[in-house]
Amino acid sequence: MMKKVFARPKSLTEVPFTYCPGCHHGIIHRLIAEVMDELNIAQDTIGIAPVGCSVFAYLFFNCDMIVAAHGRAPAVATGIKRVKPNNIVFTYQGDGDLASIGTAEIVHAANRSEKITVIFVNNAIYGMTGGQMAPTSLEGQVTQTSPYGRDPKTMGMPIRMCELLSTLNSPAYIARVALTKPAYIIRAKKAIKKGFQYQIDGKGFSLIEVLSTCPTNWGLSPKEANEWLEKKMIPYYPLAEFKNVEEVS
Amino acid sequence: MAKVIIDQERCKGCELCTIVCPQKIMVMSKSFNKKSYHPAEQINPEKCNGCAFCAMTCPDVALEVYK
Repeated sequence: MMKKVFARPKSLTEVPFTYCPGCHHGIIHRLIAEVMDELNIAQDTIGIAPVGCSVFAYLFFNCDMIVAAHGRAPAVATGIKRVKPNNIVFTYQGDGDLASIGTAEIVHAANRSEKITVIFVNNAIYGMTGGQMAPTSLEGQVTQTSPYGRDPKTMGMPIRMCELLSTLNSPAYIARVALTKPAYIIRAKKAIKKGFQYQIDGKGFSLIEVLSTCPTNWGLSPKEANEWLEKKMIPYYPLAEFKNVEEVS
Repeated sequence: MAKVIIDQERCKGCELCTIVCPQKIMVMSKSFNKKSYHPAEQINPEKCNGCAFCAMTCPDVALEVYK
């Protein structure tokens, strides 16, 4: 008798994802859904979708979802969590959403240590709008709006949100993960689970940054995009736990 | 003995499962699915050890693994 060792999590609907081939959004959605299944919280969870490729996240998750205005997901999440403190609230945001237009919201939500979980998808580019330069685009990276490569003299260096937010005293958990190898995917799931667990335990704000590929706008095949992420992004965006309230005495 | 069931209509032909498979038995089919992608298929299924790396990596959650 064969045992099912891997199946679609119950917290995902049957709707096929609308993402491009090889995009990591699908893996991240699956990991969140698996964590919701394992912690048995799907019926109490309220997710906040951003503006970006993942704006249709409400179609894919089997939990209550709201779409917030661009960048405002942490503000909406704050309101929901304060009105309904027993529900689990998470936001799902891209780098254009969280690190650009929504910088104020995320910094202050983290500083107030709102008891929410933020999934931050960093693919170093604006995906849905057609591949413009994001605050997280790498030095020299060619995009639609930086055709000669990102020049730090006029455009600044890429923002490292995890490092920036971990200078604050209040957040409970901040980590950066990637998904290019099965080992990374297992670690990423552990980090996401920890983020949700900390929220359930009332420890405070948790943010998990997931390095993701955007094969379409990077102009690479999914396989090349994975290699580019490992070679270019991970050296600049190191994978680590930046803050863990458990380990601070 | 393990078994992988591929939902070929969900597959978008990104080929990520072919890279992570330690047995190199995940390949792209020559036929098309309804979305006009070449979906993944398994050759030599008896070699499959059920590690589920393919399913873990699949961005479209198109795979089920039995062991």
